[in-house]
Amino acid sequence: MAKKQRSIGDIFFSGWIKENPVLRLVLGTCPTLAVSTQAFNGIGMGVAATFVLVGSNLVISLLRNFIPDNVRIPAFITIIAGFVTVVQMVIQAFSPALDKALGIYLPLIVVNCIILGRAESFASKNGPIASIFDGIGMGIGFTITLLLMGSIREIIGNGSWMGIVFNHGTVIQPMLIMILPPGGFFVFGLLVALFNKLAEGKGKEPATLTCCNCPQADMCRESMEGGNN
Amino acid sequence: MIVNLVSIFLAAILTNNYVLSKFLGICPFLGVSKKIDTAVSMSLAVIVVMTVATIATWPIQTFILDKFGIGYLQTIVFILIIAALVQFIESFMKKNMPPLYQALGIYLPLITTNCAVLGVTTLNIDNSYNFAESIVNAIGSGVGYLVAMVLFAGVRGRLESADIPKSLQGLPITLIAAAIVACSFLGFGGMIDGIFGLK
Repeated sequence: MAKKQRSIGDIFFSGWIKENPVLRLVLGTCPTLAVSTQAFNGIGMGVAATFVLVGSNLVISLLRNFIPDNVRIPAFITIIAGFVTVVQMVIQAFSPALDKALGIYLPLIVVNCIILGRAESFASKNGPIASIFDGIGMGIGFTITLLLMGSIREIIGNGSWMGIVFNHGTVIQPMLIMILPPGGFFVFGLLVALFNKLAEGKGKEPATLTCCNCPQADMCRESMEGGNN
Repeated sequence: MIVNLVSIFLAAILTNNYVLSKFLGICPFLGVSKKIDTAVSMSLAVIVVMTVATIATWPIQTFILDKFGIGYLQTIVFILIIAALVQFIESFMKKNMPPLYQALGIYLPLITTNCAVLGVTTLNIDNSYNFAESIVNAIGSGVGYLVAMVLFAGVRGRLESADIPKSLQGLPITLIAAAIVACSFLGFGGMIDGIFGLK
């Protein structure tokens, strides 16, 4: 992490593509794979996670000088869980259909490594304004990725987009496998490969599961005996 | 009763595999599956934590949260219980079972934020399983995790020596290999219901 002061704009936009949380930092893979069967679910999940991310970033950044270092992870998790509960109640009240589609993955935003990762690597070191913009930027990056994956999988796998059916299977049968679990892994793999190719053109490292922003990374590395990815 | 438990157990391993069909616990699945022995140790730790977490959370949900109508606190309460439990198991193992701690200890902290553990405890409540069914589901899910990890560690061993295009190297080819392993698990779909004549 560069120690240099970064501008708000840089913090805000870096999450979109340059430091895309899913495709570049490889965080939050579980919800990405699970809810990207339809474009609309992707947006719902993205917005829910963005709200939690902005809220937890703000609160953690305000409390960063009061939380003792050795209990910071449980403290962060508690703050995040509070915001997740709020989101859960709001979605249950206003969009039961979305609540059903996201199912178990809605409460699991608590353990989404994007949120804990940003809390650990950004909000606990920066001021509240920068943290809010970091949260919004990262949230947009997450939402864009989910929308992209959801669109690819829905168009190929179901012949529809945002619920509008255009391929009725008269000419080409929709490839059901794309909305089944294997399709998730496959599309995600190809997107990471594409981003690696683009990053290579700019002379950057390919995305690896080094989890540089994950709070558990040190322990992980230990358990992998120094093995990268 | 027994048939029911066996079908829950087998379904958790094969048809509803946590990694390959529910996408829970993907980070360790991709990160720790490079060698078979680390994959096995990690999965054994997952089985232990899932089971203990279920034993702790089910009564709390049923006898405290539901009884007093504060079910909405489920997420906060469960994640705190899991975090505390993992700490407790770690200290307990360190003091009383040093050989086991040597084998599983370093994997335990990783499991706190593993979505598979929070997932299994929440799903037990969502599916309104009773206490016995919940425990069987937790053990089965853990064993399913083990099966997926070990199979995938074997696949990755082969990938090491393969000639892969540059932009696909590393993470992308790992994900595509996972897609193919997930495909093979699709073959189990409907099998459990067929065997036990359910639905």
